[in-house]
Amino acid sequence: MSTEYRYIGKPIPRKDAAEIVTGRAQFTDDIKFPNMLYAKILRSPYAHANITSIDTSKAEALPGVKAVLTYKNAPNWMTGTPAMFKTLDSKVRFVGDPVALVSAETEEIAVKALDLINVQYEVLPAVFDSTEAVKAGAPQLYADIPNNTLPRGMPLMGPKALQEIVRGDTEKGFTEADFIDEGTYAYENMPSPNPPETPACIALWENPNKLTVWLGSQGPFLTKMEALGMTGVTPPVNMHVINTHCGGSYGTKNTTGVHFYAPVLLAKAVPGRPVKLVYTKEEHIATFVLRLGFNFSAKVGMKKDGTLTAITGSALVNAGSWNSMSQGQIAVGCGEMQLMANTCENWNLQPSGVMTNRNAGGIVRGFGGQELKSAFIPLLMLTVAKAGLDPVEFFKKNFCKPGGGFFWRDGIWYVSRGQDYSNAMDEGARVFGWKDKWKGWLTPTSVNGTKVRGVGVGVHGNADVGEDSSEAWVTLYPLGNATLFAAVPEFGTAQRNSVAKMVAEILNLPFDNVDVAPCDTELVPYDFPVVGSRGTYACGSAACSAAQSAKTQLLELAATIMHAKPEDLDTMDGMIFAKAKPDVRIPWIAFMGMDSTITGKGRFDHDYTMPNFMMVYAEVEVDTETGKVDVIEFVVASDPGTTIDPIAVRMQLQGDLGSAGLDTAVFEETVLDRTAAVGRILNCNMIDYKWRPFNELPIFDQALLQTPLAHSHIFHAIGLGEIACAPGPCAALMAISNALGMRVYDYPMTPDKVLKALGKI
Amino acid sequence: MFNTTKPFFFFGNLILSEPKEEPETKKESKTRISRRQFVGGAVVAAAGVAAGAAVGSELFPRTAEVPAGVTTGVTTGVQVPPSTLKMNVNGKPYELIIGKDVKVYDTLAYTLRETLGLTGTKVACNEGACGVCTVLMNGKPIVSCTTLTADCEGASITTIEGLEDPNTMKLSPLQQAFVDNSAFQCGFCTPGIIMSSKALLDANPNPTEQDVGEALSGNFCRCISHYQVVKAVMAAAGKG
Repeated sequence: MSTEYRYIGKPIPRKDAAEIVTGRAQFTDDIKFPNMLYAKILRSPYAHANITSIDTSKAEALPGVKAVLTYKNAPNWMTGTPAMFKTLDSKVRFVGDPVALVSAETEEIAVKALDLINVQYEVLPAVFDSTEAVKAGAPQLYADIPNNTLPRGMPLMGPKALQEIVRGDTEKGFTEADFIDEGTYAYENMPSPNPPETPACIALWENPNKLTVWLGSQGPFLTKMEALGMTGVTPPVNMHVINTHCGGSYGTKNTTGVHFYAPVLLAKAVPGRPVKLVYTKEEHIATFVLRLGFNFSAKVGMKKDGTLTAITGSALVNAGSWNSMSQGQIAVGCGEMQLMANTCENWNLQPSGVMTNRNAGGIVRGFGGQELKSAFIPLLMLTVAKAGLDPVEFFKKNFCKPGGGFFWRDGIWYVSRGQDYSNAMDEGARVFGWKDKWKGWLTPTSVNGTKVRGVGVGVHGNADVGEDSSEAWVTLYPLGNATLFAAVPEFGTAQRNSVAKMVAEILNLPFDNVDVAPCDTELVPYDFPVVGSRGTYACGSAACSAAQSAKTQLLELAATIMHAKPEDLDTMDGMIFAKAKPDVRIPWIAFMGMDSTITGKGRFDHDYTMPNFMMVYAEVEVDTETGKVDVIEFVVASDPGTTIDPIAVRMQLQGDLGSAGLDTAVFEETVLDRTAAVGRILNCNMIDYKWRPFNELPIFDQALLQTPLAHSHIFHAIGLGEIACAPGPCAALMAISNALGMRVYDYPMTPDKVLKALGKI
Repeated sequence: MFNTTKPFFFFGNLILSEPKEEPETKKESKTRISRRQFVGGAVVAAAGVAAGAAVGSELFPRTAEVPAGVTTGVTTGVQVPPSTLKMNVNGKPYELIIGKDVKVYDTLAYTLRETLGLTGTKVACNEGACGVCTVLMNGKPIVSCTTLTADCEGASITTIEGLEDPNTMKLSPLQQAFVDNSAFQCGFCTPGIIMSSKALLDANPNPTEQDVGEALSGNFCRCISHYQVVKAVMAAAGKG
């Protein structure tokens, strides 16, 4: 790096580190109020049914029960996108759909009350797969969603939100192709991202116009925005959101669904008393949001040199039984397709969001990108293999480069001003040893008795690193310290710390002298949540411009008193000095006095011209006797510009394995009981839902270039954490196929599927 | 028996409504083992899946009732002093009245968090499978969510709150190593991981990386902080 920074690029322990390692960090369930009530939810045992009668009288009569809400007496608020999903309905649409909400003086009483509610159902036929749900005669989930197909459009992303890709002349494109292949590939594990902390929320209505909510999400203002869709939380109601420490989210806790509105509705029934809802782990896996299902049928045309000539097809996106962001994920996914297949000028892709009797498909790390890539890259590779091309070379040729154009989520055409990632791909190949390990399509890297090894590669990138708007304030205090006011919560990414580092760098203050205000909508200015890897560029830029504004004001003030020009002055460690005479230092208080502060305000507005990128190289070993697949090594490559914190970035890259990422190619899935249309998740616990333990860690390495970005951020950086999982599963699947010498495409490749593929069972 | 047209499964603590012809039946008074009373939660969950959904309702009832014959501390007739339970938590002695401070089905995790206010111990799966709630009992790591407080009579418990110096708030070398190596992301599973690591280092001050991996194999981490955790534990090894 050419620039020497005081903090940027250096690892600095997180400000909340001591709180984390002592257990003092306060997560939602750690908060307790003396007059708190406890909520529990009675849930549907049926995947699809009408409630024909419901009797809550006995539950209501139980001493200690404060409120029992059903579709009969709950406010008829509408949620989701479009806002057409009732908070409580007379119809249930998946196993776990809320039937009744109860609040009581203790959790035990609430649980007991559920037992006293008598519900009769008329069971209806259910449908779980997107391909079945769109067929004529399929069970219909919602009367106003014909063919179970979600209406297009995503208000959050503007009137032209990208819902399809129609470009060029596909017929002509196919005539220009040397190779054409087509097929249907799916990624329908619908795995649970399963953060360790279960969804939890506390709600309090102090008066009819004041709602306070404590919950751990990735940004309190999204909770407010999503709640606006609910008729009950619009002005004059002021909703105050206090973002607690968040025990893992991976996108999921941005979904303002049942875990949010259940305590909000219950608290409204008993004003003045906070109501806490904490999901059990079973509720979490069985009823909370999952990754979307993706079923992709497409046809690809390609020239001998890897130039794509045409892509046509359709995708069915299984959104489950409730929807808030599927259309948004489709919009971003359409953009991401063009980033990866940027040489293609002829497109006709028609994705549809489909409702089924499953958990809601929510916002999950990758925002649809992992699901899309896991289905589409194997399909695309049919053609690449036919041409005999090395996939790394193919990705290098096709990934969007500076000057490459694409429609992004808002339907507007953008031209990349970002990085050329070819070098990062090469560096990844070098670190991984790709050239030695890659033996050609469907060819194992090595065979050692029953142990066969194979390698694969996957890629992903998106242009959301500069999505939406951010605001931030930085206040300087006379004694030489500063506070950053920004809605950047801590949910694992260390972004709260990284943004503080940027402020400390600009103000040239000791890091400990920069405090970050609590993430609370009544203390900090607006920000879109920390999603889509936007923390570094969007949130960071707003904070940097606030810090710069504060610094400018400070130097201007000092300049008047010192009879100097502001540009001839500078500040360090709470002192001001003339650049020409750096030894003479005057403390801020000499200019500010005891009784004033200086506040700089910053704002960032969206920039979709800086695509980020990540490539995962994976090596697996398959035991052809037992069918077990082991991930031996994975190498993650990227080039996000200047690294703000090297350990934080490294851990984001390692996160490829977690939150239902790479391992969904090997063992992670929700298993649905399909007998008699039951539709219940069988492995909704931490024993049967498989996860990666400490004693089975693959070798990890990274190829992290740091080519400073000419545009964008003051420190020439963009974020990348959100995309870490997306390229993993398709890379591992390719590796398994190569190890076995045959194309397999059924996620996850559990031992039974491997043995079946080998013809052994 | 299991009827496909009218299923009734209650899996774990997920509470599903069940259609009832007769709202109150004798079934209600059947002896039930409360979720919290059942120590071997892991075994239950495994058995639940193996045997199918129908067993779930028996194993995971919704009410936490005290089975007949269990002393609750509530006495009738003769005045006897209430039974108490003595345990030591982080060097501090506690005497808890059974039936008042501690119900017989309270788990140690519940007592620590809800009764003693020591919320540093986190609960995730609440069935002994994820290690998030790990504390030390007489120096050995245990999952406090499937340990009954009633079984802790005379025990010495160490939680995450007990590691730093109580007077100076100076972090223990192990905690400091987690800070220095940024060995956490969301931090929810960190207290449990640190407690398992402490148990390892107390027993084996110079472990290999493989030893660390094995010692922590019961600890769930979803952010994938594993690599940094192993570094932190290795860095803390031998530092007391």
